[in-house]
Amino acid sequence: MALPKLAVHKFASCDGCQLSLLDLEEELLAVAGVVQIANFMEASREVLPPPYDVTLVEGSVTTPHDRRRIMQIRDETTVLITIGACATAGGIQALRNWRDVDDFNNYVYAHPEFIDALQESTPISDYVKVDFELRGCPISKYQLLEVLVAFLQGRRPNIPTYSVCVECKTKGNPCVMVSHGTPCLGPITQAGCGALCPSYDRGCYGCFGPMESANAASLAGHFEWMGLSNREIVNSLRGFNAWAEAFRKESDRREALIEIGGAR
Amino acid sequence: MRETLVIDQEGVDALIHTLTDRGYEVVGPTVRGQTILYDTITSTDDLPVGITDRQEAGTYRLETRDDGALFGYVVGPQSFRRYLTPPGNVFWKGVLTDDGFETVELPEPPRLAFFGARPCEVAAMQVQDEVYSAVGDPVYLGRRGRSFTVAVNCSEPAPTCFCDSLGTGPGVSNGYDIAMTEVVDGESHYFIAEAGTDEGSEVLALLPSRDPLDEELVHARRMVVRAAERMGRHLDTDGLKEVLYGNIENPYWDEIAKRCLSCTNCTLVCPTCFCSTVEDHLSLDGSEAERARPWDSCFTLDFSYVNGGPVRPSPGPRYRQWLTHKLASWQDQFGSIGCVGCGRCITWCPVGIDITKEAAAIRERDVRRVVVGASSAKEGTE
Ligand code: SF4
Ligand code: SF4
Ligand code: SF4
Ligand code: SF4
Repeated sequence: MALPKLAVHKFASCDGCQLSLLDLEEELLAVAGVVQIANFMEASREVLPPPYDVTLVEGSVTTPHDRRRIMQIRDETTVLITIGACATAGGIQALRNWRDVDDFNNYVYAHPEFIDALQESTPISDYVKVDFELRGCPISKYQLLEVLVAFLQGRRPNIPTYSVCVECKTKGNPCVMVSHGTPCLGPITQAGCGALCPSYDRGCYGCFGPMESANAASLAGHFEWMGLSNREIVNSLRGFNAWAEAFRKESDRREALIEIGGAR
Repeated sequence: MRETLVIDQEGVDALIHTLTDRGYEVVGPTVRGQTILYDTITSTDDLPVGITDRQEAGTYRLETRDDGALFGYVVGPQSFRRYLTPPGNVFWKGVLTDDGFETVELPEPPRLAFFGARPCEVAAMQVQDEVYSAVGDPVYLGRRGRSFTVAVNCSEPAPTCFCDSLGTGPGVSNGYDIAMTEVVDGESHYFIAEAGTDEGSEVLALLPSRDPLDEELVHARRMVVRAAERMGRHLDTDGLKEVLYGNIENPYWDEIAKRCLSCTNCTLVCPTCFCSTVEDHLSLDGSEAERARPWDSCFTLDFSYVNGGPVRPSPGPRYRQWLTHKLASWQDQFGSIGCVGCGRCITWCPVGIDITKEAAAIRERDVRRVVVGASSAKEGTE
């Protein structure tokens, strides 16, 4: 029986997530034994023709060309898995969605007329059907392995959608919010990193995007009670997953309060 | 009556060493970061000596105290549940063979000595004994059956404590091998130690000790009585089960849901919570498999997932499930309230949601009463 064919594609992103695949090191050999890496520019120049069984997509859609390309990638694969905050939420580059992209182009490029960019940086799922979204900035290589193995074995991946707090408590971390009043996005952020930041006594930055039932309004209210200004709250919610709905809605609401009340 | 003796700090050290020598892994309170957690301890140097904790809903701070007390703090975010049903515990392992599979023998569980267990903590283990005995759980029972408990009575409850409302503290009445009361009184610093089991007596007899003076016993007892009078919080358990069962549809649950983050912290710090899920791990080539038991919580969506979706998709019913299970349906299920009044869920809720306040709020807004009284009916439906 022929091995399933794996393709990896990149959109607007930093490459960090697809490098997680190479980062698997030891496990990579095992992966290479069960799939055929058919199209992965970071790993090999050899490209096998479509169709593919599983395709990993990193990065967000930011240009009309991206938009056409993702449609084609979807057509060429059975399973499409998006990986990372860019592909699943628009990434850090989605911060531009709150500004005029032409202003940036004029400011940054000597010849802005050559730039054909969309107004917004958006997740892959805005354009095509996605079979599984793997969160994180960057993704966890262990979760990537789990998703790949699960798809190959035909089972549901063990990727929890609950909060980072579960990982914190499982690990036995003291809570940074309760024990020293450090703002932490963990309660509204999806697990997956192994509570990395709280394990080093820092608050969570929300790299894995909103958890399954993120109550950002309550947490933001608590941040305010802890002494954070609305500006600080907006900034904390506008990180790698700024455009994810639960974070976006609350940051917009808080920003509106700044506009009404004057910058605080 | 078993013997009651007086030991000093040297005696406490001897106790830790004796237990270690007898093959126990002694697990007790120790400072980690800015919190008191449980970890393996080898002497009183590992204890949070001269440290106290200041607790309130959603906040916890460590402070120093100048009396050199060994147990001058109450409970931290962890409980011994962490050792009895370790999160992610692998309870079955197997390898593929030519004609099927073979079960791999798992290592023996450690012999644990729970050191410095507060009365509420001892009570919590007794509550969990009921839960796990009912299903004959080998992981819990295997560890619990081999364990040793050194309890410490409370003289300074935290503002979040309410064991007195549930009869689980501040003094321990049973479920220990050795129970101690620490007395720091001016220059004198001693521990009244009492055995609760034969093994406890045996261990106690090995420690340097003396007989207590009558006034020492009276003093120690009075400290615990006074602690009961200084409880930070209170839970009215009178008819609570009926109140909660009668308020499943109370709109106030959705008020709590506006604040609740569904973050699971309350359930994961609770020493009586027992929910777990089961995960299978399979190696890439399918030759090795293991079955593990990560902690779960009624606040996650997967927890109530049945064919097609979660039974409790919105956070109001999830909070209601937690509180109603702890305080009401637990009684029907296991014959006692599922809460021991340790206050952990109050302190470690990031937004400070307080089980005692919310239970009182539901009682105040009792829909059964509101329906009868016309004037308050409006308030109830707002
Ligand atoms: S440190 Fe953050 S992620 Fe960890 S339990 Fe506290 S709030 Fe949750
Ligand atoms: S419900 Fe809260 S107070 Fe009661 S035992 Fe659990 S953590 Fe302690
Ligand atoms: S709840 Fe009671 S037994 Fe538990 S720590 Fe507080 S005072 Fe001690
Ligand atoms: S009550 Fe508090 S700790 Fe529990 S899930 Fe809600 S916010 Fe989290």
